[in-house]
Amino acid sequence: MQVESFLELSAQRFPDKIALICGRRRLSYRDLDQQANRMAHSLVGAGVERGDRVAVYLDNSVEAVISVFAILKAGGVFLAVNPTIKADKLGYILNNCRAKGLVMPGNKVEAMGTTVADVSPLRAVWLVGPSSHEDLLSDKFVASFNAALQGPDSSSESPSKKCIDIDLAALIYTSGSTGRPKGVMLTHLNIVSAATSITTYLENNSDDVILNVLPLSFDYGLYQVLMAFKIGGTIVLERSFTYPYEIIKTILRENITGLPIVPTISAVLLQLDLSTVKFPSLRYITNTAAALPTEHIRRLRELFPTVTIYSMYGLTECKRVSYLPPDQIDIRPTSVGRGMPNEEVFIVDEAGRRVPPGAVGELVVRGSNVMKGYWELPDETDRMLKPGLLPNEKVLYTGDLFRMDDEGYLYFFGRKDDIIKTRGEKVSPKEVEDVLYALDGISEAAVIGIPDQVLGQAIRAVVTLCEGAKLTEQEVLRHCAARLESFMVPQSVIFQASLPKTASGKISKREVAAVQTGGDM
Amino acid sequence: MTIEQQLKQFVIDNFLFGQVRDLKDEDSFFDQGIIDSTGVLELIAFLEESFEIKVADADLVPENLDSIRAVTAFVQRQMNVTKVEL
Repeated sequence: MQVESFLELSAQRFPDKIALICGRRRLSYRDLDQQANRMAHSLVGAGVERGDRVAVYLDNSVEAVISVFAILKAGGVFLAVNPTIKADKLGYILNNCRAKGLVMPGNKVEAMGTTVADVSPLRAVWLVGPSSHEDLLSDKFVASFNAALQGPDSSSESPSKKCIDIDLAALIYTSGSTGRPKGVMLTHLNIVSAATSITTYLENNSDDVILNVLPLSFDYGLYQVLMAFKIGGTIVLERSFTYPYEIIKTILRENITGLPIVPTISAVLLQLDLSTVKFPSLRYITNTAAALPTEHIRRLRELFPTVTIYSMYGLTECKRVSYLPPDQIDIRPTSVGRGMPNEEVFIVDEAGRRVPPGAVGELVVRGSNVMKGYWELPDETDRMLKPGLLPNEKVLYTGDLFRMDDEGYLYFFGRKDDIIKTRGEKVSPKEVEDVLYALDGISEAAVIGIPDQVLGQAIRAVVTLCEGAKLTEQEVLRHCAARLESFMVPQSVIFQASLPKTASGKISKREVAAVQTGGDM
Repeated sequence: MTIEQQLKQFVIDNFLFGQVRDLKDEDSFFDQGIIDSTGVLELIAFLEESFEIKVADADLVPENLDSIRAVTAFVQRQMNVTKVEL
């Protein structure tokens, strides 16, 4: 089975049912499928072939959803790019995967300057909404997204299928410890397997109405759309959780049954006074990205007494690892659960041997949801994907340290690297440090995560200045905000005369962190 | 300083890191990438403290909070409510 079949099969079963609600727009399965078909023909017409990468650089929107399915229908590989990405990084990603197509907002062309035109493999750009400065795109084929949807009636049928399920469907760029984002390669089989396992344990059905406030560049957000279509349900897309009461109103107005959150959203929800509000339609809340604090779980259950809460854990490289069956949440509130259906998880020591219950080791994941590797990074791929049980099989070494109890439930212990998790997303300290070093006057920089009630971890930059240099916290943050996605911008900057070093002369992140957190890391 | 000037200063100091750029009164904070959900909570704390108004959870919607113009009008409405109650 291929991922675009989620939409196509539901369009056959429920043609008139509302598939997607976004702002004031409501699209039936038939409408959405036909529009995706038209866009797919536009992609094929512009030269997109089987296996070609096409980037979607849009806010959560109808156009973003149409684009994802159109790219799949055209036989291509989609990548959803964070809508707050800055020009340099967009250019890096497009060049890295040699994207042939790009769908972006017309009003961002100017802000991107010549970045897009400079990506030589890129052939075609589709612009959503009014645009200006199209001359900046120089020799690219430029099309209006709306015009692409106005194709002849004959193009409302899907282009003929070209892919099989072991072909790539998506690249999801994720932060790596090297500071450069890595493209996680996912096949149709990977995505269909993960979506099947997840919708099974969530007991989803076609009556579900799922509210997604997370960006589609984040796999957790993307999967909400994919899974809603798989089950023939309805997805309600919001651009963000910025205005929390707007989201509460949406839950009530649209009779939302499923609400996926990250700990930051739960922290904001718990700051609202919702004592007089009832949520009769809401069936479940899922949480992933980082474990919910036990206190959050307790208060969420008070706030939503009739709602089932799923505590989960995962990483982009296999989508999801585990879920805690809801009946276990009072028994093992600190556990992120056990492997999902059709997937095996175990803990190994440094030598790759399985460890007994209770011992801490690296979590290993085995299943058809495990990625094919990182795009054109064989060494990094080999560090994560290692030989499994059967000949030629690869299993995923997650880099996350866990222990497992006697009954197979997992407890998070820590990470093997220094990746920061903030607002549910991974941030590479190296990537932020590279940006800091590019600022005149910065001599040394160490970026660390500080425990934070709302963000999970807050990002703190600890820096030293070159002799004679004068920089304020605001100047440093402004420099970062102009170059990094919003969630990667530090919350604070600390200036020091020097940074602690290891014996080999490297900056000791551990000591920097110990000082900043008062030694309680 | 007027409400509008104080607001602008707050947004520039806290969300634009001191960058005095061409922020128009009607520019959407969200569309411009100026604010997120934790930023909204900071904005509310600032409004409650500086203008001695009470912001109910139900007011946390973009119509009230998504631009300098919207927030100014919202603060003025709330200040009137507070006065009437006194």
